[in-house]
Amino acid sequence: MWGMLGWAAWIISAAIFAWIIWDFFQINMKYEESLLTSSREGVDELFVDTATAAGTKE
Amino acid sequence: MTDAVIAPPAGAAPTSGGHIGLLKVLGPVHVWGLGVGIVLVGEFMGWNYGVGKGGAFAALISCFVIGLLYTCVAMIDSEITSTVAAAGGQYAQAKHTIGPLMAFNVGIFMVLTYTMLNASDIQVAGQLIQIGAQQLGHDIPWQPFTILWLAILTLLNYRGVFATLTVNFVITAAAFLTIIVLFIGVTPWNPTATLLHKDLLTSLPYGWIGVIASLHFGIWYYLGIEGTCQAAEEVRSPGRALPLGTMSGMITLLIAAAITWYVVVGLLPWEYTGWDAELAPLFDAARVTGSPFLIVVLFIGTLLSAIASANGCINDAARAWFSMGRDRYLPEWFGAVHPKYHTPFRSIIFLTPIAALFALYIPLAEIITFSILSGLLNYTFMPLNMWNFRRKWPVGTIRRGFEHPFHPIPAIVLMLLCITTFFAVYLGYGRQLLAMMAFYIIISVWFAFYRYRYVRRGAQFTMAWPRPQGY
Repeated sequence: MWGMLGWAAWIISAAIFAWIIWDFFQINMKYEESLLTSSREGVDELFVDTATAAGTKE
Repeated sequence: MTDAVIAPPAGAAPTSGGHIGLLKVLGPVHVWGLGVGIVLVGEFMGWNYGVGKGGAFAALISCFVIGLLYTCVAMIDSEITSTVAAAGGQYAQAKHTIGPLMAFNVGIFMVLTYTMLNASDIQVAGQLIQIGAQQLGHDIPWQPFTILWLAILTLLNYRGVFATLTVNFVITAAAFLTIIVLFIGVTPWNPTATLLHKDLLTSLPYGWIGVIASLHFGIWYYLGIEGTCQAAEEVRSPGRALPLGTMSGMITLLIAAAITWYVVVGLLPWEYTGWDAELAPLFDAARVTGSPFLIVVLFIGTLLSAIASANGCINDAARAWFSMGRDRYLPEWFGAVHPKYHTPFRSIIFLTPIAALFALYIPLAEIITFSILSGLLNYTFMPLNMWNFRRKWPVGTIRRGFEHPFHPIPAIVLMLLCITTFFAVYLGYGRQLLAMMAFYIIISVWFAFYRYRYVRRGAQFTMAWPRPQGY
């Protein structure tokens, strides 16, 4: 049973990283680059929800 | 003093589709959880190598001398960060107070400090699982668990800063409590019952040069508390949360460091405590008591401290990298924010395999030396930062969230202590120190002659302050 723990750890890690990579590509394809990199230092986050909706690619 | 105000850059206006930024959702407890979380692992391991350099009293002296160094760091950081409320911490400060080349170097200092510390933490967390299994009579590899911790913490950081730092607050508080439990468990009100200070404490075995040499490892008690600045853009009230979280964090660490020293040197001989192969002195101190309860509690505390530190380091390294990308000190691609979770997701993902490679293939002592040296270079920049900040924008000319007292004494003390500590590092790790300096010189040349052409030169100065005096 203890020998399985190492394999379980590898499998769970792979699943987590796979989800992160999947989400990463999905976000990059779905949103404009100009929106994703639109954050500016010193600017308060005032209209997050509208920004998110407006920048979605059709 | 001119009243002309530097307007926010044109790029600050929302783009055609609006803009996405980091969320302002954090409070003082998150700042405390971030700062203490990164550091507390240093009470559970690492500081003890200072005992090997100069004996138990040398480690105590370095605990307080380096504590003074970090108190100066916390005072300076609290004033400037509560005013320059931007992700990137000291990088954003350097940009405004000194200039782009300094800012680039400070940004890289921070990314290396936190990424290497993260690699050390997850390596230790994996090895602790292995040690725990061995105690139960089973031999398992540590590498899968190192990667598992990294995966879980990366996911947490990827999905949002509020949950990340709430978790960090909880597990850091739990780890701190385990130190208190051990302290109570050794009955300090009856010092001769369990503790053996009378028999174990010796005078300085290597004299005062041993004390100087131990300063290098005194940094472990506090390394990373300056990381609270990275939360500046995500706290609801920078002027309140950052000084409160940072200074209360510093007080917590001073208490934890003093208790740690007192308990460990009262239970373990200095030759063993300072031995190169001694990984977790607090856990071993608990084992010496013979109490199964204390052993389990300190094992959990050690593990939690390593996880909390790794979690905070992922948060801070990603924000420093992200800020540099946002200003085009690095490719702008890294300056992206996740539209749903509002985290610097590309920076988080980019730094994860680097931490994994170092954790799996580089020995702990070497990784942590990279981290300490980069941290020390960052602290050396801070007095210059403070002098410039007060000179260009004297008290009263801009609104500050916090004004630290006794300026310029903390800056002078910090500079003197940094120089002394560099000498201490040179005694033990001279080659690594020189190699690190060479590395920073090379990347500075690269930045000055190649990368700087891409930087948003006007847009990088974002604070709506009056023009600095003398300009």
